[in-house]
Amino acid sequence: MKEESQIKQEREQDWRVSLRNGMKAKDRIAIPRVQMPERDARIRSTNNEEVNLGLTETQAMTEAQRCLDCAKPTCMDGCPVGVNIPTFIKYIEVGNFPAAARTLKQTSALPAVCGRVCPQEKQCEAHCIHLKMKSTAVSIGNLERFAADYERNSGCISVPEVAASKGIKVAAVGSGPAGLSFAGDMAKLGYDVSVFEALHEIGGVLKYGIPVFRLPNEIVDVEIDNLRSMGVKFVKNCIVGKTITIDDLKADGFKGVFVASGAGLPRFMNIPGENLAGVMSSNEYLTRVNLMNAASATSDTPVYTGKKVAVIGGGNTAMDSVRTARRLGAERAMIVYRRSEEEMPARREEIHHAKAEGIDFLTLRNPIAYQGDEKGRVTHMQLQVMELGEADASGRRAPREIPGKTECIEVDEVIVSVGVSPNPLIPQSVSGLDVSKWGTIVVDESSMQSSIPMIFAGGDIVRGGATVILAMGDGRRAAKSMNEWLSKK
Amino acid sequence: MNKIISKEIFSENVVQFEVEAPLIAKAHRAGHFVIVRVGEQGERMPLTIASSDVQKGSINLVVQKVGVSSAKLCALNAGDYITDLVGPLGKATHIENFGTVLCACGGVGTAPMLPIVRALKKAGNRVITVLAARSKTLIILEKQMREHSDEVIIMTDDGSYGTKGLVTNGIESVLQRESVDFCVTVGPAIMMKFVGQLTQKYRIPTVASLNTIMVDGTGMCGACRVTVDKKTKFVCVDGPEFDAHQVDFDEMIMRLNAYKDLERGAMQRFAEQPEQDRPAM
Ligand SMILES: Cc1cc2nc3c(=O)[nH]c(=O)nc-3n(C[C@H](O)[C@H](O)[C@H](O)COP(=O)(O)OP(=O)(O)OC[C@H]3O[C@@H](n4cnc5c(N)ncnc54)[C@H](O)[C@@H]3O)c2cc1C
Ligand code: FES
Repeated sequence: MKEESQIKQEREQDWRVSLRNGMKAKDRIAIPRVQMPERDARIRSTNNEEVNLGLTETQAMTEAQRCLDCAKPTCMDGCPVGVNIPTFIKYIEVGNFPAAARTLKQTSALPAVCGRVCPQEKQCEAHCIHLKMKSTAVSIGNLERFAADYERNSGCISVPEVAASKGIKVAAVGSGPAGLSFAGDMAKLGYDVSVFEALHEIGGVLKYGIPVFRLPNEIVDVEIDNLRSMGVKFVKNCIVGKTITIDDLKADGFKGVFVASGAGLPRFMNIPGENLAGVMSSNEYLTRVNLMNAASATSDTPVYTGKKVAVIGGGNTAMDSVRTARRLGAERAMIVYRRSEEEMPARREEIHHAKAEGIDFLTLRNPIAYQGDEKGRVTHMQLQVMELGEADASGRRAPREIPGKTECIEVDEVIVSVGVSPNPLIPQSVSGLDVSKWGTIVVDESSMQSSIPMIFAGGDIVRGGATVILAMGDGRRAAKSMNEWLSKK
Repeated sequence: MNKIISKEIFSENVVQFEVEAPLIAKAHRAGHFVIVRVGEQGERMPLTIASSDVQKGSINLVVQKVGVSSAKLCALNAGDYITDLVGPLGKATHIENFGTVLCACGGVGTAPMLPIVRALKKAGNRVITVLAARSKTLIILEKQMREHSDEVIIMTDDGSYGTKGLVTNGIESVLQRESVDFCVTVGPAIMMKFVGQLTQKYRIPTVASLNTIMVDGTGMCGACRVTVDKKTKFVCVDGPEFDAHQVDFDEMIMRLNAYKDLERGAMQRFAEQPEQDRPAM
């Protein structure tokens, strides 16, 4: 995060002052929020093209005008990594898009990704001054995406400068957003970085989880290629804790290890019929489709293509699964969620997109059993109808059963998306590592260092299922403190 | 990418590969498996590691042609590369000197049984192997099994080789003549189910090595889940070996059948493709 004084200083630069004074706040507020152009819902729900089309240059510059360039930019408080929001937006307003992209990259390793997948309505945009004035927030996420895409499409992505080699080897375990951002920062500092990945693809959830209609693979690949050109080595098909151990890495001369192995274990609800054929985790479903390309006729990996598909859960993973099912030909694709729509943890935009694509929302419903036919294939789900009670510890109103009120609904495929647990491989394979009762690795919050000094950790393995931006922020923080720790040694 | 060092054809449908994989060779214990992927559109397929050679940095895989993925793998030759190979996965087999051990296998379970037989023999057990198949031509790895077993009993459904009857008949003939301390079974789920039922009657502790559907093989998806002692377990991380008397085989059979039709489709596509159009492997 940048120093407050530096942010102030930037704000007082001549061009910023004159830009600010060039248009009255009242006029800025009067501009309606630019709508993100999107592909037609009927057409897009039959293909895999990215749903959002991105803002045009004019749209972006207009949207940027809405930003008041506040003296106290509260939006930045809402950003987990403290992106210098007013500065990058003002660069867009004057049409200096490369400078906007550079500003983003000072704090965010993956702006093109975050612009697409961050829950902005809960973060930066939730703190936008416009909301206090009964207007809609500045579309910070869309602007972030615009600047990052502009840079990528211009073909002149700035490969960050890499410091002279220190000749010190460090490792990242896992190639999701946490591992990638750690790798980038350490490479910049001159470390010899290797990223070990269990799967045959680099990118973690960005590749095997989030579908391409929301985050095209090319965007992640550009970032990975960038890291490669900075000298980062990727080792696929290598499970740390199985193929090699952290002790092996140490013996091999690695001086620090950043564990970013994610929260990859699917949870089930342990209700009758959950092991019927046709019932699966969202991880299985999305892995088959996204990682294994199972929907394509050329792929050897099969996937069910149900006609009546129920997805259990209300998070991003559930939305991704249900919209994928729709694209694979589901006539009725349903979300089953035990609270109401308001409590759904998914990004607002995804809920909005899902609805436009004809997804049925069965809220205040909780599955209690599944029934199958004589072949053991799921045919029905039994739902308990719920109502909302008092707010619980998470601040959300807790759902409770309405006694005796159940429903039976026909299904031929059920995708369970009720959360994930931390990947236990590393915690199990390293003795002396402090692990919480939830299975997450315990680290010092500011340094990301674990109970074993050479091991740092971040992302979902520390937080449980969280977000891309938090994972990325952890990677960067870990890089900073591992560098300090190694420099002191 | 892992290089195939050598290929040995055991029979029409069974091939042994020696594959370069130094790290896996070093970490390998009996019972471990790997996930293999052939070609960029290939499926992730679990295969038991038959043996390893730390010095040479290689592992051996015995592959039986059953579906499209194993057929693609079997079509590779020495010098070719396997697109992806990851492991070792799963828990290692618990090997000790039990005394007399019965190893009952058939069909797809024969290749994964070989390393278990070898390890049990090495630990000092008296190993009796029951090898079953529908008919003589489907009996595989007989020679290798004989090398590491004190006795091999061959059973065929049609009586074309060995004794006519099912694997369970073979087991029962042993149980009636001598006392057995431990039993291991690998094969089609239905076979393991009946082996389990039989050995339960004789109160012989029995382990079954399960071959469920898998995707990642690292505990990430739950495709491999089975019910053991009324609890859901993931075969790839909690197994692959479980107490045969506690496994819900009926559920497992049902789940295995779930993808059969889809798999058949892929096999057909592969078979219909002219040789030169098959994915570069
Ligand atoms: C379908 C889906 C949709 C989502 N949508 C959003 C969204 O819209 N916005 C948002 O902010 N967040 C979203 N999330 C959450 C977000 O993706 C995660 O919080 C984030 O990816 C966590 O990053 P990570 O780097 O910690 O782990 P991951 O991305 O999970 O990466 C971990 C990697 O480590 C590998 N690995 C694990 N163990 C080992 C080992 N022992 N050795 C080697 N490699 C190992 C794994 O194979 C994996 O590739 C979504 C998650 C899912 C599943
Ligand atoms: S194969 Fe995916 S969890 Fe076992």
